[in-house]
Amino acid sequence: MADGSVFLRRELMIRFVRAFYRNTLETELDRIPIEMRPRQGGSSRCCIYRDRAVIKYRLMSLLGFSCEEERDEARTLADYYREAVTREKPVNIAEGLPLSVCEAGCSECPSAKVVITGNCRGCFSRPCMYNCPRGAISVVNQVSVIDYSKCINCGKCVAVCPFRAIVKTTVPCEEACPTGAIHKDSDGHTRICVEKCISCGNCFAKCPFSAILERSQLLDVLRSLQRKEKVVALIAPAAASQIHGSLEQLFTAVSRLGFADVLEVALGAEETTAHEAEEFREKMNNGAKLMTTSCCPAYVELVRKFLPDFMQFVSTTPSPMIFASELARKSLPGCKVVFIGPCVAKRMEAARKNIDFVLSFEELFAMFAGQGIDLMDCEPWPIARPAGLAARNFARSCGVTEAVLQELGGFKDGFKLDAKAINGIDKKTVAMLKLYAAGKLPANFLEVMSCPGGCVNGPCSLKK
Amino acid sequence: MKKMQLEICCGTTCYMLGANRLLNIENEMPSHLRSHAVVKASACLGLCGNRDLAGAPYVKLNGEVIGEATPEKIFSRMQALLEE
Repeated sequence: MADGSVFLRRELMIRFVRAFYRNTLETELDRIPIEMRPRQGGSSRCCIYRDRAVIKYRLMSLLGFSCEEERDEARTLADYYREAVTREKPVNIAEGLPLSVCEAGCSECPSAKVVITGNCRGCFSRPCMYNCPRGAISVVNQVSVIDYSKCINCGKCVAVCPFRAIVKTTVPCEEACPTGAIHKDSDGHTRICVEKCISCGNCFAKCPFSAILERSQLLDVLRSLQRKEKVVALIAPAAASQIHGSLEQLFTAVSRLGFADVLEVALGAEETTAHEAEEFREKMNNGAKLMTTSCCPAYVELVRKFLPDFMQFVSTTPSPMIFASELARKSLPGCKVVFIGPCVAKRMEAARKNIDFVLSFEELFAMFAGQGIDLMDCEPWPIARPAGLAARNFARSCGVTEAVLQELGGFKDGFKLDAKAINGIDKKTVAMLKLYAAGKLPANFLEVMSCPGGCVNGPCSLKK
Repeated sequence: MKKMQLEICCGTTCYMLGANRLLNIENEMPSHLRSHAVVKASACLGLCGNRDLAGAPYVKLNGEVIGEATPEKIFSRMQALLEE
């Protein structure tokens, strides 16, 4: 789906990076909202002033601040910038959230409800009225009318109307959130509940106003590279599906940005596979009934916050990112590592697991755009130790299962790997997981991926 | 008749701002236009320059620059060229 809000986000990133490389970010930041929405030009919302406000908050979040942190509305972006460049490390989000709500951008969509549209013909059979379990529908002046004091939003009338004249409206972020973490406060402003949010990024991806923002570490990475620190880029396996060039060309492009080394996270995935297979074998031989994967951080967070009894089944094997960072630190002691991928939840996992930075693919490509690096012009990078195909497939749903199956190779022990996969965490699959946690185990190996199709369709993927 | 040359800029900026979708434009192209066109991906055309980002993605049709390119915009320009 082509999407204007995605393009706005990317354009801002590119402007931000270009200004940084020109060494004029501090003076340019406050000009960007006005340059992008000049008085003579059009607006994408009600007026250019609202657009400018939204752009300001987006820039704040690119500097690493969350909109909720704003205490002084008159504070300039240049001032935020001056604060940002004094910090040694990116803002710590380990116990907070990588996401924030931009109030100026949020449309504060009215709560989901059932609405009878003008297409109602006031028919004689009136299935809406007869099928309503609460008697909330009556016919007044030849059209159906809902009594909202009785309506429970069940949607039965929507399903039975022969004219499709009844619709159920929706709030995209609330509908997309698998855990009910997004709600409106008493003033009608959208809020993300820290206790419930699993950082899956569904709201970020689904809001048509693009009002959910990521707290970026782009500036921290740019500054670290500028200071000539040794930074190693860890490229998530989802990259291969995103780019218009080869993985080898991507590596060359990344190294041109000034990274000391580039590593495939898939190398870490090889170790994850080996450990996961061993852990599975050991657990099954000890009589365990189930083991689930643990490489998707949004899933692990879901279990931690909502299904604590299920945690015993989650594998304790570290994720590919962790193994890859160990490889990087071994080959280049004292280096900093940055994970680059399509994932929002990785920002949270990284903050807890001593990974220095996380960038999204979009941010990486904004850096390329800022430096005028084109993938198609890059020589292929000689990858010293290419990862195996199974490890590179970790980014696709069922990829982990296949890799573990391959690793186990035949079954010499007294058990068989019986796999099931949850391909995308939504309200339905959360309910399923609750059933599993209550004892209705589906198989003995369960792979869970928060994004449908796997990481390749992550919220910050480039394919949009 | 000589075929129309449509070059799609695949520089990183244009790619991020929509050119990746334009690469499949032939599939969407009305058949009477398709038979008169050659589509190719081009290296960076150098148009997004320093500040004129807002025009990306760019394409060139017979050498003529089209900014903020969308399939509809490209098709209508192609139609006009065809009728000339």
